[in-house]
Amino acid sequence: MTTPLESAEPAVQAAGPAEERSAGRGTLRYAAAKAGGALFSIAMVIVGTFFVFRLLPGDPVRNLAQGRNMTPAQLDLERHRLGLDKPLVDQFFDFVGKTLRLDLGTSYEYKRPVLDLIGERFGPTLLLAGTGLVIAVSLGIWQGTRAGWQRGSGFDRFSTGTSLVLWSVPTFWLGLLLMMVFGVGIGPIPGLLPFRGIESVDAPDGFAYVLDVAAHMVLPCLTLVAVVYAQYLLVMRSSLLEEVGQDYVTVARAKGLRDDEVRRRHAVPNALLPTVTLVFMRIGFVVGGAVTVETIYTWPGLGQLFYEAVRVPDFTLMQGTFMLITVAVIIMNTLADVVYHLLDPRVRSA
Amino acid sequence: MTSLAATRRRLALRRFWAEFRAHRAGLAGAVVLLVAVVLALVAPLFISQDVTSVVQGTGAKWAAPSLAEPFGTDESGRSILLMVWWGSRTSLFIGFLAALLSIVIGAVVGIAAGHFRGWTNAVLMRLTDWFLVLPSLITALVLAAILGGSTFTIIMAIAITTWPSTARLIRAQTLAVEARPYIERSRALGGGHWHITTRHVLPNVAPLLLASTTLEVASAIVTESTLAFLGVSANKTSWGTMLRASYDYGAATQGAWWYIIIPGLAILVVVMAFTLVGRALEAVLNPQLRRKA
Repeated sequence: MTTPLESAEPAVQAAGPAEERSAGRGTLRYAAAKAGGALFSIAMVIVGTFFVFRLLPGDPVRNLAQGRNMTPAQLDLERHRLGLDKPLVDQFFDFVGKTLRLDLGTSYEYKRPVLDLIGERFGPTLLLAGTGLVIAVSLGIWQGTRAGWQRGSGFDRFSTGTSLVLWSVPTFWLGLLLMMVFGVGIGPIPGLLPFRGIESVDAPDGFAYVLDVAAHMVLPCLTLVAVVYAQYLLVMRSSLLEEVGQDYVTVARAKGLRDDEVRRRHAVPNALLPTVTLVFMRIGFVVGGAVTVETIYTWPGLGQLFYEAVRVPDFTLMQGTFMLITVAVIIMNTLADVVYHLLDPRVRSA
Repeated sequence: MTSLAATRRRLALRRFWAEFRAHRAGLAGAVVLLVAVVLALVAPLFISQDVTSVVQGTGAKWAAPSLAEPFGTDESGRSILLMVWWGSRTSLFIGFLAALLSIVIGAVVGIAAGHFRGWTNAVLMRLTDWFLVLPSLITALVLAAILGGSTFTIIMAIAITTWPSTARLIRAQTLAVEARPYIERSRALGGGHWHITTRHVLPNVAPLLLASTTLEVASAIVTESTLAFLGVSANKTSWGTMLRASYDYGAATQGAWWYIIIPGLAILVVVMAFTLVGRALEAVLNPQLRRKA
């Protein structure tokens, strides 16, 4: 069988490797540029944090001491210890140097290094937000695909409606409702699930412990998923709608593929790209949701640590967690850019 | 001349209204909004700040909804209905003002970046991208915690964290408008930067601004209530501070479902109304969306 394509094949092959090489180099250059931009953003975060936290009204030492009684001598000593008696320029370079060495200072509330506290709280957040994100993304992609494929159907209208409502619901309120209904219980219905902390006071060992933590995770996770999955659904739906009209989908149908196969093998892989990028792009939104959810369910993670720092207020801790979270978000965003570039040749050629 | 322009404008307005009316959800949202705003505005005619005073609670503590207290009472016997009504003033006020401020910053930056191009554009877009990547709730929390939780600082904190998306949208639209021949004509006739941006670009991006303001108000109300719930707002009664109190006083364990449900429903209804109106406006006014439909 000789098709016009076959005769053109040698030319395609000849162009293939060379093109790939240049594409690879292009991606590398692109990644380098993005990394440069990210480094710049991170530098701006550090500089910005320094100045914003020095905007605090009043004496920083008194602020840090939270109104405890201190003699002038004690205040001076503390000021000297924190380097606040030095000129602002020196303070600035001290701060940058320490931050780069990951020395985030000592929390006034806990009397411990901020980095240690963050390290302790990192695991629970990763567990909660990670699980929530995986569920939200899978559910969003699945429901978005189904809604987009059957545009205008009852399922589609239901999905779009639900996501619109979930989009308008404040995270904390949904958390309160779920806590009231499933945690505390309403009327004759008893509370079914634990809603405080990550484990029971008399937590068992072994596999039972895993189950205990899982039970504690249901409500926080449900809240987080409900709030973040709507956006994945909507984006998946609209990017699938864009693919449905494309020629290659028509061709796939004309070849006689089953509807299911056209969707799974042709349309969805292409529509996935924007959605997957969005997951990383909107990671800041998930972090915000995590702060709220962890606060409501007293989940001992980074979000709750940050919330406590804001409430006290413990400025050293707040500054440390803020910088860490922001830098993590910037890195995620940059990765998303680069991965998108790597995966989608259309962006690469543009 | 003027009468011709006026007629044209009237016709455009009529066409807009006809198209907007076709969006039933948007129309419903607009009605809800109108009712909410009017209720908030006339509230001082019927009730006063006193309804939020803890010493003047009229009913029993934790009273369930009844004929006397349609939405029940809170931990100090204050009427939830009246508190929600009074609180709507704070919630809506902060929502509107924060959205307005955010849109003004976004529009100025977006038009400036699109109009001046070159290094102005580069610097402004770099700045916009930087703000865009900051996790907005975290940043707003830090700002509100540092500057103190007055109404003004809450508005600032929301505006500072939300303007970048508007700036990007407006910049793109400005670039599209400035590519049209009449801008070149205006420039040839001696129109300066100020004339071109305010007389030609601004009227052209204004419809988009209207749509995004509406959506922005919705998200500002949610952010305000979240900030208040997380306790950084030293504010008068708003829907967020009410929910905070319900959490602090353990309304869930008291079985006081009305204390949690009513203020939250108020947020949900108003925010959804804004979202529906915003989406309808976008569908009518955004040329890109219109082409797609």
